[in-house]
Amino acid sequence: MTSNIGTVARAMTGFGNSAIGSAFGSWLGKIAGGFLVLLVLTAIFAPWITPFDYAAQNLMNSNAAPGWPHLLGTDQFGRDVLSRVIYGARTSLSVSATAIAISISVGMTLGAAAGYFGGFFERAVMTVVDLTWSFPDILIALIFVATIGPGLTSTTFAIAIAYLAQFTRLTRAQIVRLKRETFIEATINLGAKPRHILQYHLLPNAIAPVIVVGMLAIGDGIVLEATLGFFGLGAQPPTPSWGAMMSSGTAQLFLSPWVIIFPGVVVAVTVVAVNLFGDELIRALNIRDRIRGA
Amino acid sequence: MLLRYIFYRSLMLIPVSISISVVIFLIVHLLPGDPIDNLIRVGSSPDDRLALITKYGLDQPLFVQYYRWISAMFQGDFGEAIVLRRPVADLISQNLPYSLTLGGLAFAFSSIVGIILGTISATTRSAIVKQFMRGFILLGSTVPGFWLALLMILFFAVQLQWFPVSGAKGWDSLVLPVLTIGFGGVALVARVTRVALLDVRREDFVTLLHAKGLSMRTILVRHLMPHAMLPVVTILALRIGWILGGAVTVEFVFGRPGLGLLLIRALGQRDYPVVQGCLLMLALAVMLGTLIGDVAQAAMDPRIREEKT
Repeated sequence: MTSNIGTVARAMTGFGNSAIGSAFGSWLGKIAGGFLVLLVLTAIFAPWITPFDYAAQNLMNSNAAPGWPHLLGTDQFGRDVLSRVIYGARTSLSVSATAIAISISVGMTLGAAAGYFGGFFERAVMTVVDLTWSFPDILIALIFVATIGPGLTSTTFAIAIAYLAQFTRLTRAQIVRLKRETFIEATINLGAKPRHILQYHLLPNAIAPVIVVGMLAIGDGIVLEATLGFFGLGAQPPTPSWGAMMSSGTAQLFLSPWVIIFPGVVVAVTVVAVNLFGDELIRALNIRDRIRGA
Repeated sequence: MLLRYIFYRSLMLIPVSISISVVIFLIVHLLPGDPIDNLIRVGSSPDDRLALITKYGLDQPLFVQYYRWISAMFQGDFGEAIVLRRPVADLISQNLPYSLTLGGLAFAFSSIVGIILGTISATTRSAIVKQFMRGFILLGSTVPGFWLALLMILFFAVQLQWFPVSGAKGWDSLVLPVLTIGFGGVALVARVTRVALLDVRREDFVTLLHAKGLSMRTILVRHLMPHAMLPVVTILALRIGWILGGAVTVEFVFGRPGLGLLLIRALGQRDYPVVQGCLLMLALAVMLGTLIGDVAQAAMDPRIREEKT
C-alpha cells in the first residue's frame, strides 16, 4: 500500500514540475489557477478571515442589503452572507474533493484490472460502467441519496458513484493502449508479475489523464453538491454550503436576491476556473487525444 | 440489415432494464428501518402490524417480493402513494405530459440552435465571434442549472415581468424553463458540432474537394455536415437523459408540475412508491434515448451495423 502511494507521489511530482508550471504560463492559466489557489487558501483559513460568525443570527438585521458592515448583505436570519460563502467553500471543496478522490481510487482499480486482465471480468465491469455512464449524474446521485438518506456523507458517496464510470472508462482505455506498447511486452517477457507491471509500468504512465480529468470532475462535483444542497438533500442546517444557502434563499427570492446571487456567482466562477485551468493542463501535458479516446 | 440491428440492440435492453429495476426495487429494502413503520398508523396493535406485513407480502422472500412488484408494474399498477394516498400510476400519468412537453421543446431548441452555433464557430474567421463562442460554450457547460433558473426568474419574471414566475399555465410559462435547460444543451451540441466539423475538415477528401474548385458553402453543406452529424446525433441521443436530469432541477425551481418535481417532493417526504415509480420512468426514458441514438447511428453509418450484429 505504501509503495502504491509512493508510485503515485513520484508520478505526481514529475508531472507537477513541468506541467503545472506550464499551465500557469498563459494569462488565462494564471488567472484561473490564481483564483483556485486563493479559494483553497480562503477555505483553509476561513475562521481567521470571516468578518462575522457564520452561524450568528441577528433577527433585527435580517435581509439587509449588501453594504457596510455586511459586504454581501444578510439572510433571513440576519446571518452574514460573506462569512457563510467563505465557510461554504470549506464544505463544497472538501465534499467534492473527497468524493472525487474516492471515485478515482475505486475507478482506477476497476479500470486497471478490467483493462489488464480482460475477459469476462472486463466485460462485466464495462457493462455496468456503460450503464451508469448513460445516466445523468444528478439521477444517479438522487437514487443514492434516496437509498441512504440526505446529508453530507451520502452526498459525498453519491458524487463518488456518479463519476465512477468516467474514471473506470478512462483508466481502462489508457491501460489497453499501453499494454500494446513494446516496453510492456519486454517487461512481460522478462518475467515480471502482473502486480509489478501494473504498479511500476502501467499506472504511472496512465495517471496523468486521470489526474486532469479528476480535477475537472471536482468542478462538476461542486455543481452536483450545490444542486443536492439546493434540493435540501445535502448539507443540513446550520452547516453552510453554497447549495443549501441558495435553497434557503429561494423563500426570500424577491426580498433578498443577494442570498442566492453571491453563492451562485462563486460556484459558477469556481467551476469556470477549474475548467480553464484543466484545459491549460491538458494542453501543457498534450493529452487531449488520450482523454477523448476514452 | 438495419431491422436486424434494431432487433439485436433491443434485446440488449432486457438485461439492462432488469438490473435497473432490481436496483430501484432494492431502494426501499436497503433503507434503514422497516418500511412497515412508514405505513402503520399511530396506536396500532401488533396484530394490525402483522396484517399489514401480510397484505404487502413483506413476509415473503425478497425475490418473490420483486417478482410481485415487477409483474404489478407490467400491469400498470405502481402501488399507492403513502403521503398523497393516490395510485402512483395516476400521479405519473398526470405529470408525464408536462415533462414531455418541456423535454421535447428543450431538446428541439438545443439541437437546432446548438448545430447552428457550432457550425458558425467552426467556420467563422472573425476572432471576436470565435472568442465569444468559446466563452458561451464554457459558461453553458459549467453554470449550475438551478442557479441559472433563479437568475432567469429574477431578471425576466420579476424585473421585466415578461414571463410568469412559476406554474404551467399557457405557453409563456414554458419559455424560461426551456431556455434554462436549453442553455446547457446548446453549449454541449455546439461544442460537439464544432469539434466534429474541425476534425472532418482535416481529411484528405476535403482537400480534394477544394482542389476541384467547389465553393466553401457546397463543401460544408454537402460533404462536411453529413460526416460531422454522426457524433452530434450520438450526443443528442445521450442528451435525452441529461435533459430529463436538467428538467428535474428546472421543474423544481419553476414549481412546474412534472416527473422531476414529483420525484424531489416524494424524496423530501420519503414517499418511496412514488420515488420508485418516477425513477423507473426516468430510467426507461434514458434507455430509450440511448437506443434511439444507437439506431440512428447505425442508420447513418453502415460500418456500425456490420460490427455489432
